[in-house]
Amino acid sequence: MALYSEKVMDHFMHPRNVGTIDGADGVGEVGNAKCGDIMKIYLKIENDIIEDVKFETFGCGSAIASSSMATEMIKGKSIHEALELTNKAVAEALDGLPAHKMHCSVLAEEAIKNALKDYFDKNGIPYDRKMYEEMDHEQLHAQVHGE
Amino acid sequence: MQVYADNAATTAMSQVAINAMLPYFDKVYGNPSSLHSVGQRAKEALDAARATVAQCLGCEPREIIFTSGGSEADNQAIISAARFGAKKGKKHIISTAFEHHAVLHTLAKLEKEGFEVTYLDVHNNHNVSAQQVKDAIRPDTCLVTTMYANNEIGSVLPIAEIGAICKEAGVIFHTDAVQAVGHLHINVKEQNIDMLSLSAHKFHGPKGVGALYVRKGIPLVNIIEGGAQERGKRAGTENLPGICGMAAAMKDACDHIDENMPRVAAMRDRLIEGLSKIPHSAVNGDLVHRLPGNVSFCFEGIEGESLLLLLDANGVCASSGSACTSGSLDPSHVLLAIGRVHDVAHGSLRLSLCEYNTEEEVDHILKVVPEVVQYLRNMSPVWRDLQTGKRQYIL
Repeated sequence: MALYSEKVMDHFMHPRNVGTIDGADGVGEVGNAKCGDIMKIYLKIENDIIEDVKFETFGCGSAIASSSMATEMIKGKSIHEALELTNKAVAEALDGLPAHKMHCSVLAEEAIKNALKDYFDKNGIPYDRKMYEEMDHEQLHAQVHGE
Repeated sequence: MQVYADNAATTAMSQVAINAMLPYFDKVYGNPSSLHSVGQRAKEALDAARATVAQCLGCEPREIIFTSGGSEADNQAIISAARFGAKKGKKHIISTAFEHHAVLHTLAKLEKEGFEVTYLDVHNNHNVSAQQVKDAIRPDTCLVTTMYANNEIGSVLPIAEIGAICKEAGVIFHTDAVQAVGHLHINVKEQNIDMLSLSAHKFHGPKGVGALYVRKGIPLVNIIEGGAQERGKRAGTENLPGICGMAAAMKDACDHIDENMPRVAAMRDRLIEGLSKIPHSAVNGDLVHRLPGNVSFCFEGIEGESLLLLLDANGVCASSGSACTSGSLDPSHVLLAIGRVHDVAHGSLRLSLCEYNTEEEVDHILKVVPEVVQYLRNMSPVWRDLQTGKRQYIL
């Protein structure tokens, strides 16, 4: 289907890292069902390294592909590197997303950041709170996705 | 196996329609407006096509205007009736909440000009009743425009009853019959329909051609200005191959309604019964008064676009009313109008069959859809929350 790149279709048809982690060190969920997309990321962290990562996604093809690619990009990486993952990098790794689907990559970035925030909060690790200024999902959705 | 189950979007052309078109590309290529013999042969073909279309609808040939399709016919019918009404000081229109955008957007334009539109509620049986129309008619009502059958959920409206009510009240009745023509028996005189829109590619005809039936005596307003084609009501050299293909497809479809309808409806019913076994799902649309080929479902916990992509990968072409497939933020207005909340409307699936589909294809769909729904649910955090009780089931 010409709607998506081959990379997107590959990650959609064969998503990597689907599932959950029992006793995850950090869990992050973004999106809402009303908008039609929710992403949930589970992290297993040891010595500041993301030893394992799993995701669950309710959403369109590009949302599932973005989750899959983003988890692949942070697996085995340091917390620091994971925090630096941008939605643009995810989209580029997928050989691009259609303009109205870019917000799926934003969700992937946000989900990972939220999962790391959960890990920081649980372990009393200090972090830059500005990074987590509340972003209303519907606003975000309208901004990236709107007509 | 590749199963095309999106016949409400468009159909494959029939061989009958293709053969009917071929002479009009290089043999009878004249302009029907030309006085010479080459043009007059084209004019004869145009007249014959008009007579065929009129016969299928039960009207006079001069009551048929050829258009570029259903959308143009809807625009012209509604604008014309509104202008006619406004001259008599009548600026109220009745429609339904689940019309096609060709109707809704035209009505929105009229609302900006000061017309008032009543959109009938479609929660009850996912349909409207003739009584609702009757109750909504006012002294200043100039037009009732309701679709004949809904494109997404398949509900067939009580057209003859609405027609009778409009006739009694002296209100023009237009119906967007794009999904009905060639699939259901229609007779505009018996059903008291004043205006009717149709589109050729929904009944195995070519794309880009349609027609508007307008009862004698209702003045039309031009949407396209120019030459005197179509009795001066629709300018532009006629799309003769398209019109001849449409006429042939329409006659073929109307001649075979009695044999096609029960066979297609049986496949539809088998799909509805089979897919209803998927837990936390719901059928959309009127279960009694329903298009023979329409199957429409909502599945909780999944999103429609990913469902369509996976079905396509498994050889099933279908459609959905999810936001991601509608190209806007909101899921289909039809699903919202019948009361499906956003969360559930995103997980919708429409399968639309025609007489070209087979029982083997139905078997394939019945095998693939439950598997794909389960696969997507297994990776959905919404489904997990529903199963663990963190979220309440809607369906």
